[in-house]
Amino acid sequence: MSLVARHLEENGIPTVILGCARDIVEQCGVPRFVFADFPLGNPCGKPFDVEMQRHIVGMGLELLETATGPGIIVQAPYVWSDDTSWKRQIFTQEQPFLEGEAKEHWLESKEEYRQKKQAGLV
Amino acid sequence: MGDYVRYIEKTREYYLSEGYERPYEWAHFDEIPFTRLRKPLSQCRIGLVTTSDIAVIEADGSKRTMEPAAGNVYSFEGDIPPERFYSRSEHYDTHATHLDDVNSYFPVSRLRELVGEGRIGSLAARFQGLYTQYSQRRTSMVDAPEVLRQCREDGVDAVLLTPI
Repeated sequence: MSLVARHLEENGIPTVILGCARDIVEQCGVPRFVFADFPLGNPCGKPFDVEMQRHIVGMGLELLETATGPGIIVQAPYVWSDDTSWKRQIFTQEQPFLEGEAKEHWLESKEEYRQKKQAGLV
Repeated sequence: MGDYVRYIEKTREYYLSEGYERPYEWAHFDEIPFTRLRKPLSQCRIGLVTTSDIAVIEADGSKRTMEPAAGNVYSFEGDIPPERFYSRSEHYDTHATHLDDVNSYFPVSRLRELVGEGRIGSLAARFQGLYTQYSQRRTSMVDAPEVLRQCREDGVDAVLLTPI
């Protein structure tokens, strides 16, 4: 997603990313980024919280208007929950990221990619 | 606000413990491109691009096949009612949250409200979804140019992107 933002920007279209994985977006380097410190899945605000979603989307629009240079990151002023255990538990053996069918699908798509790569298709 | 999750570090350790020895190499650039917004937002046409595996339910209740136009990029009409969108993604924090509200990752209703209020001019005729994949080269060489092509064709002035 960061690569797409960069490409659009290089070709004259301003962009803003709304995302939850701060380090990944920062590692790539994007023009404008609104970071929500939420679990992966809800970068635009908590489900069904219309006001919060309006605020976060609004922050993105403001960044489009006000940014004068690249690499600007602003953080949405919200805490997901008083219980921060999700931050510790994500991607751990005690709480696998993908399980059951989801893991099978992931392994299948990995294998498909491996085969395509071997055949020179990707 | 507390400390945010270091996903690069966490996933490296996680997949190593799962038996995958070669860690994923995340893209990194020293230079960041920048384009200034050329006109007031109230006159801008805004695009929306997502990797949330967004999909469409047709008016008759059937599920639309979301076929890529090129590479991993698929598109759909920008005026589809929000209740006909859903996500097929399995790659989110299933333990902490859910994807039952499309506007929490694909804020189409919020953007339409902002058009109604005159904050933004209009929305793109098409929105784009990107299937995530492993080849950064292909993302750069095929997918990103396809998104650009469609945005130009639709006269898009600025784009919101929502990774999941």
